Amino acid sequence: MTNSSKGRYGEYGGQYVPETVMNAVLELEEAYSKYKNDKDFKRELTALYKEYAGRPSLLYFAEKMTNDLGGAKIYIKREDLNHTGSHKINNVLGQILLAKKMGKKRIIAETGAGQHGVATATACALFGLECEVYMGAEDMKRQSLNVYRMNLLGAKVTGVSSGTSTLKDAINEAMRDWCTNIETTFYCIGSVMGPHPYPEMVRDFQKIIGEEIKSQLKEKEGKLPDCVVACVGGGSNAMGAFYDFINDKSVRLVGAEAAGRGIDTPEHAATITKGSLGIFHGMKSLFLQNEYGQIDPVYSISAGLDYPGIGPEHAYLNSIGRAEYVDITDEEAVCAFEYLSKTEGIIPAIESAHAVAAALKIAPDMPKDSILVINLSGRGDKDVYSIARYRGVDLVEE
Amino acid sequence: MKNKNRIDACFEKLKADGKKALITFVTAGDPDLETTKKLVLKKLECGADIIELGVPFSDPIAEGPTIQKASLRSLNNGTNLDQIFGLVGELREETDAPLLLMMYINTVFKYGTEKFFTNCKKSGIDGVIIPDLPFEERNEVEALSNEYGVYNINLVAPTSHDRVKTIASQSKGFLYCVSSVGVTGTRSTFTTNFDEFFSLINSSASCPACVGFGISNPEQAKKMSQYCDGVIVGSAIVNIIAEYGKKSIDKVGEFVNNLKNAL
Repeated sequence: MTNSSKGRYGEYGGQYVPETVMNAVLELEEAYSKYKNDKDFKRELTALYKEYAGRPSLLYFAEKMTNDLGGAKIYIKREDLNHTGSHKINNVLGQILLAKKMGKKRIIAETGAGQHGVATATACALFGLECEVYMGAEDMKRQSLNVYRMNLLGAKVTGVSSGTSTLKDAINEAMRDWCTNIETTFYCIGSVMGPHPYPEMVRDFQKIIGEEIKSQLKEKEGKLPDCVVACVGGGSNAMGAFYDFINDKSVRLVGAEAAGRGIDTPEHAATITKGSLGIFHGMKSLFLQNEYGQIDPVYSISAGLDYPGIGPEHAYLNSIGRAEYVDITDEEAVCAFEYLSKTEGIIPAIESAHAVAAALKIAPDMPKDSILVINLSGRGDKDVYSIARYRGVDLVEE
Repeated sequence: MKNKNRIDACFEKLKADGKKALITFVTAGDPDLETTKKLVLKKLECGADIIELGVPFSDPIAEGPTIQKASLRSLNNGTNLDQIFGLVGELREETDAPLLLMMYINTVFKYGTEKFFTNCKKSGIDGVIIPDLPFEERNEVEALSNEYGVYNINLVAPTSHDRVKTIASQSKGFLYCVSSVGVTGTRSTFTTNFDEFFSLINSSASCPACVGFGISNPEQAKKMSQYCDGVIVGSAIVNIIAEYGKKSIDKVGEFVNNLKNAL
């Protein structure tokens, strides 16, 4: 059977949403295609990236790590140094600027680790828009610091206690809100997922990561990287880092998925490795699900990777063999979290630590004159409590 | 030569009798499949014309809390689609009323679209309502739905605006008109301009139009039925089942009877 609808990456993608929101999706599609090539929009967004978010982010040569591993030269793309502490701000500034142009007054978002929620709350404060963020009750516990940050920024955080009380359930509730408040509300999706045009739009707002890596590395080394590694939940930082290299066939693209307590246990979120084709959250893609299409409860120590699906363009890149996806367990991620902190003095987000862990496996086997870039999507301050807990240390502030 | 779809036969008879359709929903397997069977037969006995059986889904994004909880109760009992086809087969031995499945696209897709429509036909399902399959993505099921004579019921919403005409004019069985924005669940008031909404629908629909979402009592059912060919009641019935469980059969029957009398 052919899929003739829009927003396809091979067989993946599409627009599978209730009729109530269909016109809003079409309206967004129209607005996005109008503004994406609009000179003023691009100028305003570039100014926000530069003056507010702190772009371009640094491409840092990790010399100690390189020497320690004894293989490829390792560069770290410092998305953690962006305002609000992660790559999420790139997408949010684009979407909120678009929402403003569309005359929307209210913004809703879902968040897992809280990074997208914080970025959205930040942009809404800047633009003077009402903001409500849906967050799984379990994630609110794991990421209480980010909940408080969102409150400080003037956003309302609504806990979701259905299902596994994590990212998937937050998205369900945000979609229900969108169905209800469709005429006034803009849904700011945080990853390269959901119905078209979101996967394409979010990727476009994130592709600056890969473009900067390319030009910065050209300046420093005069060549392309041999490998780019990024963590993958929904997949926005990875898509942003990969996109500009897709046609550079010599560049190996590696996504690191969350294997939780192991892919042979039920407690993981390794969608590409263990998932199957399905249609959910507006898109045809790979999902962790049972034989009857019920979505599996998933698990990862990282609230940002704790999602049973993946963006359709990743599913496509995997299917054609252009990108490869590896599994990183909680234990490997925590070790990488500690390793990068001690070796380079950089505390990564636990999500990004999955990419570091993948690099620790890949880099030693690469030649010394080759180059591996880790996209460090976020900083790890938010994770200190949960890493301490993982190591059996109970932190209490007086 | 295909047999006539039972939905068409049902609306023809209602039209001849000058009556409106009463379509009622129940989540299959809530509280268990045996009770679902009794509930369906009781509803038909008390005046329901068409039955929608909800196939439980882990993440029903178009549902309010009432049907979300019913879905969860059913899944916790281990209900699956094969068992539901079994139930449909049993019901088909006792009734000629149209039976529909209301379900999410992933449940159809993962089961295997061809196998799904084969089993719909075999067990006696007349139509499917898939709230997260918009008109643009209908190719996902269209060819097989036509081949097996199981209607894919289209939906229109107050936010559909100029899409109404396109969708309504290419519909089969009946057109599911969503009364208001939002998810399923009872509502005390409606803000939609129904005169405008239904004049657009009724001037372009290629089949009968029925209204659902939020209709929770006989008064609302009567009022809403004036705009179209029938009403769909779901959450108000599921609320009774949530409260009384296996003992809800007579109470649901009484409620359905009151709805029917109001139409």
